[in-house]
Amino acid sequence: MDRSDLRRGVRDSAPLLPGVVPFGIVVGIASVDAGLQLLEAVAMSVVVFAGASQLAALDLLGSDAPLTVVLVTGTVINLRMLMYSASIAPYFRQLSGRWKAALAYVLTDQAYALSIVRYRSDRPVDRVAYYLGVGGTLWVAWQFATVGGFVLGAGVPDAWGLDFAVPLVFLAVLVPTIENRPGVVAAVVGGSVAVVAGGLPLNLGLLVGAGAGIGGGLAAEGVWEDGDGD
Amino acid sequence: MATSYGAAAILGVIVVLGVITFAIRFSFIALFGRLDRIPPRIERLLHYVPPAVLAALVLPSLLVFQPDGGVAVDKLLAGGVATGVAWRTEDILATMAAGMLVLWAVRLAPV
Repeated sequence: MDRSDLRRGVRDSAPLLPGVVPFGIVVGIASVDAGLQLLEAVAMSVVVFAGASQLAALDLLGSDAPLTVVLVTGTVINLRMLMYSASIAPYFRQLSGRWKAALAYVLTDQAYALSIVRYRSDRPVDRVAYYLGVGGTLWVAWQFATVGGFVLGAGVPDAWGLDFAVPLVFLAVLVPTIENRPGVVAAVVGGSVAVVAGGLPLNLGLLVGAGAGIGGGLAAEGVWEDGDGD
Repeated sequence: MATSYGAAAILGVIVVLGVITFAIRFSFIALFGRLDRIPPRIERLLHYVPPAVLAALVLPSLLVFQPDGGVAVDKLLAGGVATGVAWRTEDILATMAAGMLVLWAVRLAPV
């Protein structure tokens, strides 16, 4: 393994930490709010290791949504990673199954984004070393941040309204995912329908809103397809 | 809000969500050579999953209706400012800081 590429991966992921760490802290706080034990919060961060879906699952667990709704919601949020898996797969094709599984486990938005840029550049790179530098850094930061958030969350009074940090994190993650006008439609429709459907039983409002938003995005894409809808 | 689910249910959610998430991540990496790309129709759909789902998560927490029918002004204002900051900076920390500061400012403001 090329140590300099490993170090480069660590270095490249450092600028992402000011985003990852507060996110992890909010997940830790949300774990306390949802009534999880420290060990359960750690287990979730290690086993699931996907911030947005962890946060949504915690939110739904806290409001006693049916477990199926918790799982389906958490899964839908992670579906985007199918795209990353498909896009990065050719670069991992020569690795053993065990390595592929290990690298897949730390596949995140950030690890994908940094690695794919590096792989597509002309410079030679030890793919595994670089990817592990990025993925390992993010993994370690995530675990520390969620534990830190858990400890913090246990000590902060409810009056501070720190639970409001959860939608703020989602908001910050949402905005960069809106790439074009159909994306705006998907977000506006998804959000509005979720508000209107907020009274639905079983906390289904979120999934109904998400489904409507995806449909809205596809429909808008159809409308703008021949136009200039970037 | 603390959940009423017991330890077994929580553990079950962690394990099942973990297995599904790993399967999603591993899918094409594992199958490369047999299944090389996502069918275009599915890929188009996947592009709209993040904005739709995340907006569905966010908006109901920013636009909160109170029992008297009114809207929670503190959250609406904080959400509005945070949206602007998120748009300009695409930065999680800045978005959180702006939203929380406005929330506290509105709550502490003498009306």
